[in-house]
Amino acid sequence: MATVEEAQGTATLEARSVSWDRVWRYALLILGAVIFIFPLLFMVMSSLKPDAQLLADTANLRAFLPVGDISLDNYFGAFRRAPVATFIFNSVLVTAVTVVLSLFVCSLAAFAFVFLKWRGRDIVLAVIIATLIVPFETIAIPMLIVVNNLPWISSDGLTLGWLNSYRVQIVPFIADGLTIFLFAQFFKDMPRELIEACRVEGATWFQIYRKVVMPLSGPVLATGAILKFLAMYNQYLWPLMVTQDEGYRPVMVGLQYFFQLNPVWGEIMAYLSVITVPVLAFYLFLQRAFIASIASTGVKG
Amino acid sequence: MTMLTRVSAILLASTCLAGAAAAQAELTFWQHGAGNPWEPRLFGQIVEDFNASQSDWKVTLQQFPQAAYNDSVTAAALSGELPDIIDVDGPLMPNWAWAGYLAPLEITEEELEGFLPGTIGRWQDQIYSVGLWDAAVAMITRKSTLEKYGIRVPTLGEPWTGEEFNAALETMKESGDFEYPLDLGMWDKVEWYPYAFSPFLQSFGGDIVDRSTYQTAEGVLNGDAAIAFGEWWQGLFTDGLVPGTSQDPADGNQAFGFRDGKYAIVWSGNWNGAGVLEAFGDDALFLPAPDFGNGPKIGAASWQFAVSAQSENQQGANAFIRFALQDKYQAMFSDASGLAPATATAAQMTENYKEGAPMAVFYDLSAAQALVRPVTPGYVVQSAVFRKAVSDIADGADVATALDAAVDEIDADIENNQGYGH
Repeated sequence: MATVEEAQGTATLEARSVSWDRVWRYALLILGAVIFIFPLLFMVMSSLKPDAQLLADTANLRAFLPVGDISLDNYFGAFRRAPVATFIFNSVLVTAVTVVLSLFVCSLAAFAFVFLKWRGRDIVLAVIIATLIVPFETIAIPMLIVVNNLPWISSDGLTLGWLNSYRVQIVPFIADGLTIFLFAQFFKDMPRELIEACRVEGATWFQIYRKVVMPLSGPVLATGAILKFLAMYNQYLWPLMVTQDEGYRPVMVGLQYFFQLNPVWGEIMAYLSVITVPVLAFYLFLQRAFIASIASTGVKG
Repeated sequence: MTMLTRVSAILLASTCLAGAAAAQAELTFWQHGAGNPWEPRLFGQIVEDFNASQSDWKVTLQQFPQAAYNDSVTAAALSGELPDIIDVDGPLMPNWAWAGYLAPLEITEEELEGFLPGTIGRWQDQIYSVGLWDAAVAMITRKSTLEKYGIRVPTLGEPWTGEEFNAALETMKESGDFEYPLDLGMWDKVEWYPYAFSPFLQSFGGDIVDRSTYQTAEGVLNGDAAIAFGEWWQGLFTDGLVPGTSQDPADGNQAFGFRDGKYAIVWSGNWNGAGVLEAFGDDALFLPAPDFGNGPKIGAASWQFAVSAQSENQQGANAFIRFALQDKYQAMFSDASGLAPATATAAQMTENYKEGAPMAVFYDLSAAQALVRPVTPGYVVQSAVFRKAVSDIADGADVATALDAAVDEIDADIENNQGYGH
């Protein structure tokens, strides 16, 4: 009996320590979540307030609450001030096309680096990885001169120069060292036996890529897509240099429309809230894909 | 009509039509006002009127957001894609002219007679740019405030002396009514610093660079006059007369701090004039800069029109600029922006600047006190160096050391650029 009581006591103590452990853990997590959510909350709440109230509220907690004179006026003002819908369309189009093409091209490149045997592949891969340390700003001007002299066939025949187009914002960013490196690292951990078995069965390299390697690459596809999406959606310097026509400008260049002599902070917050929606939606969508990919590969493994 | 005649007639007609179409040259005009509620509309109006007024040229307006504009122009210059007509910020013009982006205007001095000095951009004795308006700053305060503390209302003819100004600030500080009597807009750490504060230095007798040669800052930015300026400047902050560099931007934005009664005086521009008038009506005062010994000074030169050196239609670009300079467009811009029009005749056509109007004093301030920032390609660097020096001094740095360091940096940059073509 005593033994049972002791055992019960120990169990209760353990349960208590587990529950305290849980409380601490959740407290820390909530604190972390609050720290990360507050700026977003501030942005959304400020977008609903007139400037005088917004600036007055920054001194206290009201900045994070929908209190006072609340309206959607700043959103209407932002859409009147700049062609917001065009900017969002441009950014989403350029980003989506670049992400899809980049995942395809970079995974193919990484596949060739990891699974195919060819002379000099290690050196070429090393050079590609070395490009990671080259800041974009250092190559921006040479790149500008290059794209300005590239030919294109359009309804006007053969023309020179890619400025003021979507392609100039997409093509230079399809292949990049980071995405190739991510895929290469992931492919290196795949069992060689699987690939060899496919070869013995008579599969072509492209069949192996499409039917074996890519279906197992969910996590790296999700990671690559998120990183590429963020990099492309946040592009500022390059589109600034290559788009003089308002019709091709993306959201980050559009943000500058709001910084006037006397900036209307409410409209800036409204614009930021609107352009943050695609980022959050994309991340939430891929977060599910990311977890699903890990789960499915785990079961198969 | 035979077949041959018919074909010839058609060919001739189409050639004539094509010729007529080719005769109208297409010009592009870049402007920095995207996102601004009035600039795209007003520039659009001028472009539309110009295109309708003649058939030789057709101008197309392309708007850029101001914060991204200069980088866009630099990138376009590199790729050979500059437009025909460019707008350029006054103090930046010599740099763009020196770099070969701009061509001198065909507009003559005679045509610009009566324009405010700050609206004309000259480089190496040639006119490169001209503007429809100028910005002007003033000591903005309230009649009732000065009366309350027994402070004289200064005039253009008899501005406050440096001693009078300092005494006024101390009186208001000692009253205990204001934590800081003067708001200098210290939160805005960009071009505002040289535009708004270098005139104080110039009124003391110093300058950012020696304008007689533009080859050194030695003696003007670290001479006795500059040291006296630096010590006065630092005193404003150590004596608690002005909030420092970490001032809340909310106070400076649209002069809210002054309008809320937090400060007795704000050093701000005509772009905030309408807001101040709305808040205080007849009680508002726009006063001239104090005279620290070398005459009262305020900054000058805002955005102006220029012609690109890469333009194949410079004649058309000049024709457009000439067209845009009409008084009616100056007045239209002034009414929309609150900025001072370039000519006195245009001022008479405006709501705010006609004789007896509440902001007319800004026009007089520009005409009497304006001094353009150093006219040199090196100003781009000098502006940044000056910003850092006055900011450091405000934060407590040793005055002589900070100014000597600024002089060294400016001189080294001039040397690195082989004198910037002076």
